[in-house]
Amino acid sequence: MSPRKQRRWRLFGLLPQAVIWSTAVLWGAAIVSPGARAAQAAEDGHFGIPQVKFINEQITLGWKDSDLKPSDDASDGEWCRRIYLDIIGRIPSIEELQSFVSDSSPTKRPELVDRLLGDDFVDDYARNWTDIWTTVLIGRDVENEMVSRSGMRQYLRRSFSKNIQYDQFMEDLITASGANANRKEAEKFNGAANFLSGKMEENGVQATAKAAQIFLGMQVQCTQCHNHPFNKGKQNQFWEMNAFFRQVRALRRFNGARDIQWIEMVDEDFPGEGGNAEEAELFYELRNGLMKVAYPVFVDGTEISRSGYVPRTLEGGEKIGVNRRQELANLMKASPLMPKAIVNRMWGHFLGYGFTKPIDDLGEHNPPSHPELLDGLAERFREQSFDLKELIRWIVLSRPYALSSKSTKANQRDDPSLGEKPKFSHFYLRQMRAEDLYESLLTATKAAQSRGGEEAAKKKDEWLSQFIIAFGTDEGDDATTFNGSIPQVLMMFNGDLIKQATSTKEGGFLSQVAGGGMKNSAKINTLYQAALARSPSPKEVSAANKMLVERKGDAIGALQDIWWAVLNSNEFIINH
Amino acid sequence: MSSMFDLPTGMDRRHFMSHLAGAAAMAAPAAAFTNTLLANATDLKKRHKAAILLWMGGGPSTMDIWDLKPGAPTGGQFKQISTSADGVAICEHMPMMAKQMHHMSVVRSMSTREADHMRGRYYMHTGYVPNPNVEHPGYGSVVAHELAEQVAGLEIPPFVSVGSGSVGPGFLGMTWAPFVVDSNGNVRNLDMGIDPTRLSQRLEMLATIENKFIGEKRGGSAEDHKKVIDKTVKLMTSKQMEAFKVMKEPKEVLEKYGTTGFGRGCLLARRLVEAGVPFVEVDLGGWDMHADIFPTLADRKLPELDKAMSALVSDLADRGLLDDTAIIWMGEFSRTPNINGGGGRDHWARSWSVVVGGAGFKRGVVVGETSSDGKEVVSEPYSSQDVMASVLKSLGISLETTFTAKNGRPMKIANSGKVIKDLFT
Repeated sequence: MSPRKQRRWRLFGLLPQAVIWSTAVLWGAAIVSPGARAAQAAEDGHFGIPQVKFINEQITLGWKDSDLKPSDDASDGEWCRRIYLDIIGRIPSIEELQSFVSDSSPTKRPELVDRLLGDDFVDDYARNWTDIWTTVLIGRDVENEMVSRSGMRQYLRRSFSKNIQYDQFMEDLITASGANANRKEAEKFNGAANFLSGKMEENGVQATAKAAQIFLGMQVQCTQCHNHPFNKGKQNQFWEMNAFFRQVRALRRFNGARDIQWIEMVDEDFPGEGGNAEEAELFYELRNGLMKVAYPVFVDGTEISRSGYVPRTLEGGEKIGVNRRQELANLMKASPLMPKAIVNRMWGHFLGYGFTKPIDDLGEHNPPSHPELLDGLAERFREQSFDLKELIRWIVLSRPYALSSKSTKANQRDDPSLGEKPKFSHFYLRQMRAEDLYESLLTATKAAQSRGGEEAAKKKDEWLSQFIIAFGTDEGDDATTFNGSIPQVLMMFNGDLIKQATSTKEGGFLSQVAGGGMKNSAKINTLYQAALARSPSPKEVSAANKMLVERKGDAIGALQDIWWAVLNSNEFIINH
Repeated sequence: MSSMFDLPTGMDRRHFMSHLAGAAAMAAPAAAFTNTLLANATDLKKRHKAAILLWMGGGPSTMDIWDLKPGAPTGGQFKQISTSADGVAICEHMPMMAKQMHHMSVVRSMSTREADHMRGRYYMHTGYVPNPNVEHPGYGSVVAHELAEQVAGLEIPPFVSVGSGSVGPGFLGMTWAPFVVDSNGNVRNLDMGIDPTRLSQRLEMLATIENKFIGEKRGGSAEDHKKVIDKTVKLMTSKQMEAFKVMKEPKEVLEKYGTTGFGRGCLLARRLVEAGVPFVEVDLGGWDMHADIFPTLADRKLPELDKAMSALVSDLADRGLLDDTAIIWMGEFSRTPNINGGGGRDHWARSWSVVVGGAGFKRGVVVGETSSDGKEVVSEPYSSQDVMASVLKSLGISLETTFTAKNGRPMKIANSGKVIKDLFT
């Protein structure tokens, strides 16, 4: 944890925000006595962080309006498991769990958040968010001649390792030029190029749709062909957005044998479909067959130069041309939609439901559950220089994130799976992603595997591929059977990964537990802590003891069966 | 692939089940599945209704397959040929289906509004447009839910999706989710490799943990998890899993369906229907032909479709299964009558065709009509709901059936679609 960060949240509790920024730097911690006051800040429920206070106030208002009473707080073990899963994509190890649970400091929660967002866990953090964003940007199943999955990941891993500002991240992806794959023959490798390299066919229709959906929360794909039947989306808006992508080309680079080696993204002059590069237009067809013209215009109506030339200086020194993708990135950075889209995505990641469903549709036809909170968080995120780790900190230290998933009579009707808007009065269950499961099993079994890097990622890909189903469209739509259905249960029952995790071989996790000289009750407790972050109930202890008795002489076999059952339970696979 | 019955070595099914029965005496949770196992030793030869959906992912150009417009500027490159059904002509690249058209009927007056892949896929599978507040069940889940009872002792999932996974069960819950397999019928991870006593001990321990978590009222997915586990256990120990072993078919049968993924899938569908599965979806993707549509159709896609689909129809007819088995051929939409600059056709939902046959459907007829350029429906237009209502009627499922969505809202089956009268006598 950086000392600067640690000091900051301790300080926040004591002073109005404006004073902090002007005085904290000058006087540091000298003006406060930490201990008691930090505890006070924890008691207030927002750890001295004004953005957390804002979330709590807005969410509480929602409860009052709907006459809901929140559930109690989750236990330390539950909260710890939750935050490891959500921030770094795996459950905590027994040691990590114990050190948190046994800590009696009132500020241990923000301290753990600092640690998970800090240098100690930077590889885990980068791995998790690389997994998440690879799926968002190029889908689950994309590795073909136009897209290099490993190139995409290299860019993402590097970006999340250094906690790239989100606006810069978006700009990198929208404006990327260079080679998409890291090959020794290729100059100017730029892994960010993979976001668009596979989406440029048919004049970049997919690039247009995905850029709007992911970074602006706008579903424009339907308006490619017609005005949207249910919202204000107009066909011209799609093609005006598309016009920003008309200079970019995905060029295939070959080796001698004509196999495609890599894709190079370049910006070239766009002569316009009418042949006048000064006024480079495109044409699109209305449903009634009429043709209409479009120039680059941002979704808020801002027009840019219609020139199709890329920027250059003429002989006389006159500068002409415009880089349309760069202009688009600039407009997106300034747009209020951009921070809203990412805040909604992150909220959905941590709380199980976003303020809208789906999280990437913020259109007027789809009003959010907490509009003031969404807008307010988006503004604060911009003020905080689009720092994703700060946004994460605010969300995970908020009251709704700390609530138990056990519902009560006073809030059981708050259930978004019934189609109601979420009120976040208890924590909503959701299943681990397949990637979380994979990493969590490595942790729970203390498998000594290196988990960072491209080799580990490829191994995981291979395992994940069994769950992928592709829909056979040009858009590369896909889904996963890791969705709580039978193939998933079969994998958890009998798959190789589970066989490894429950192996009794010498030196493995189970053999260590069995041979560690512990009493039976301690062995059982170890298995429960490792997988479920809790001790077994008396009923579970007696069920487990019964197995140990029945399997007398084969203690490790009985432990194996108990461990298999624990790993196969709803409680293990469901983030709660 | 080995099944539960190959293990442990030397143990036959009867022996295996007696183990399970013994174990079940100690293990209440395991007893439920063991009892069904023992009760269902009889074969499932009884007649039952079923449906096979041939899903054409990507949006096939129906005016190049089922509703040709030769001579029109939009008509494309293909000729039409006459078929075994009086007055029904289809594409020249479907010669084998042309001999089976007396078993099938074409609805040429589909008119829908969803021309985005995911929206169209959802709409054509469920009869509803996507709605952020409700997830509707797809065809397979609806039919399986209504027909599962008819086959007592069905141990394999009542809704199997071969290929791309169909659309989910929506508010009907995960127990009605599609069971997704590849076209060779491979089911991964079927084999636990331990003896039945141990399996039942494991399941007893597992049930203890599951029930504790469910009892804490954290949400419906905790309970769903347990239900799916119960189904999985049933499936792992079932002899009916033989139905998935499509490669055990005689060589000439395999060849008749074609050595393509779709051909295997269609053959697998027939085997599953024979085994009692009420709904099978077989997917053939790759119809999203924005460029070079005519060579792609003529050289690749239509031959693959023609061979497999004609084999399925004739095989079901020969085995006497067609009168109880509905076949539905459709995609999420069709393609523009106008041919674009790249020699392709783009997304189009306003005027297109689906094909149905078998079960209670009238066969060998064409319903509805499009204009001479294919751009308009000039007879009564039909929707996804109407097709769904008609399929349900052909299977004898009451259209008065009403589901209750999770929020308590009543939902009429097939979204109150109206039966396409001309598809019935």
